[in-house]
Amino acid sequence: MSEDADKLDAHLDAATALLELRVAPEWRGSILSHLDATMKAARFVSEFPLDDEVEPAPVFAPAAREDAL
Amino acid sequence: MTAPAKSDRRREGPAEQAVAAALARIRSIDGRVGAFTDVTAERALATALALDDGAVSGPLAGVAFGVKNLFDVAGLATRAGSKINRELAPAGRDAALVTRMEAAGAVLLGALNMGEYAYDFTGENVHDGPSRNPRDLTRMSGGSSGGSGAAVAAGLVDVALASDTNGSIRVPSALCGCFGLKPTYGRLTRARTFPFVQSLDHLGPIARSTRLLALAYDAMQGPDRDDPATTTRAPEPAAPSLDDGAGGLRIATLGGHFARGGEPDCFEAVARAAAFLGADRVVELPEAARARAAAYVITATEGAALHLDRLRARPDDFDPAVRDRMIAGATIPAPYVAKAQRFRRWFAEAAAHVFDEVDVLLAPATPCRAPRLGQTTFTLDGVTLPVRPNLGVFTQPISFIGLPVACAPVFLDDGLPLGVQIIAAPWREADALRVARALETAGVAQFREAKL
Repeated sequence: MSEDADKLDAHLDAATALLELRVAPEWRGSILSHLDATMKAARFVSEFPLDDEVEPAPVFAPAAREDAL
Repeated sequence: MTAPAKSDRRREGPAEQAVAAALARIRSIDGRVGAFTDVTAERALATALALDDGAVSGPLAGVAFGVKNLFDVAGLATRAGSKINRELAPAGRDAALVTRMEAAGAVLLGALNMGEYAYDFTGENVHDGPSRNPRDLTRMSGGSSGGSGAAVAAGLVDVALASDTNGSIRVPSALCGCFGLKPTYGRLTRARTFPFVQSLDHLGPIARSTRLLALAYDAMQGPDRDDPATTTRAPEPAAPSLDDGAGGLRIATLGGHFARGGEPDCFEAVARAAAFLGADRVVELPEAARARAAAYVITATEGAALHLDRLRARPDDFDPAVRDRMIAGATIPAPYVAKAQRFRRWFAEAAAHVFDEVDVLLAPATPCRAPRLGQTTFTLDGVTLPVRPNLGVFTQPISFIGLPVACAPVFLDDGLPLGVQIIAAPWREADALRVARALETAGVAQFREAKL
């Protein structure tokens, strides 16, 4: 676990309470290690500078019946 | 080239006899392999009779296939590797790709084992037992389409349909020593299959030859209003150009992220393919490690969102390894996910620039040969890492931007195989398959049926 251990611990409690997810004591260590790994990945992506105009990959297509194949 | 060659199918002769023999082989061998979760014997024999009567024919006539158990098969509950979903009502109709395979004459033999909800690279399943690697039953088949790779390698089917969100076609193809194709994102309809991460989910075939791979892929192409991600492009068949050779294609090996963090064997397999193809150029796909991280974040969060109600109601009924990753994923703040989807656009554009210079890229499929069943860590480049997420270290950045990939099996020696990813520009599956075919013809890549 990283130096974020206390923050991750508090975050897990708050977020799972809000999401109404149960965390059994015996799952906690494993969930925290996955949270740590996923947050490291998330921050690595977040650090990358992108112009404000860069669009997200998914592009919405309106669904009209005449488009039906 | 419109028909499978004799060597492409395990059995010749009347379909009824061939299917009966295939079913008998499953009964005698699969108890040790664990590839199948359901065998559709009656349906297979009925299809065989229709083939023998001439009521059904097509380019895949008599080709035996199975489907990862996240594909709907009428009459079976689509379990998607889970305990929870097997309680669902049986599917009322087949997945679109099952229908297309049968329309081309293929014979469905059953549904295949997989990691729970496809969140897996090992092929292990806590509910159904592992799908074992037919080349060494103490080893992993690779996941999450482990049963699909194992069924082909064991000679139980000619073709297996599978899904690939981060590598789940390519990892088992590599570890089991089969040919696999992950088409371009949006190429093949996913209608009536159970999703994992809809932003990233692809379907495709695993097969014992490139010809079968191409014929199955061609039979499955075409638009489908039941899957909004499916392209409206006209089908672009790969079989007609399969034997054109690799000449004229600019082929390079991927460096950087794809040239470190693996055992020397996996790079040696790529080097053998590159040497045969005369591909001495090395190119970089910039920010590939970050692309993997972004795919990791989208997978953890979107997968968790799909399963949130089940995680609330029945967390004890999940595979603990899946549950714990998904609960963590459910709590990731949304801005990180939105950024990952915007980075995905940037990375797709960066890859498009690379394809201005080359047509095909080579990379390892997995960082090592098949790990032992139950193995939880491995050491790569001196770093000890968890097996489950890291078997996909080289596949995940590629599926992240939906590039088509053929996976070719390479046997460096008499031991376990490795896989080479043959990566093409979007919608250029035919190029990847031509290269795979050239490697197969030269014997650089080959399918060897496991001795069981």
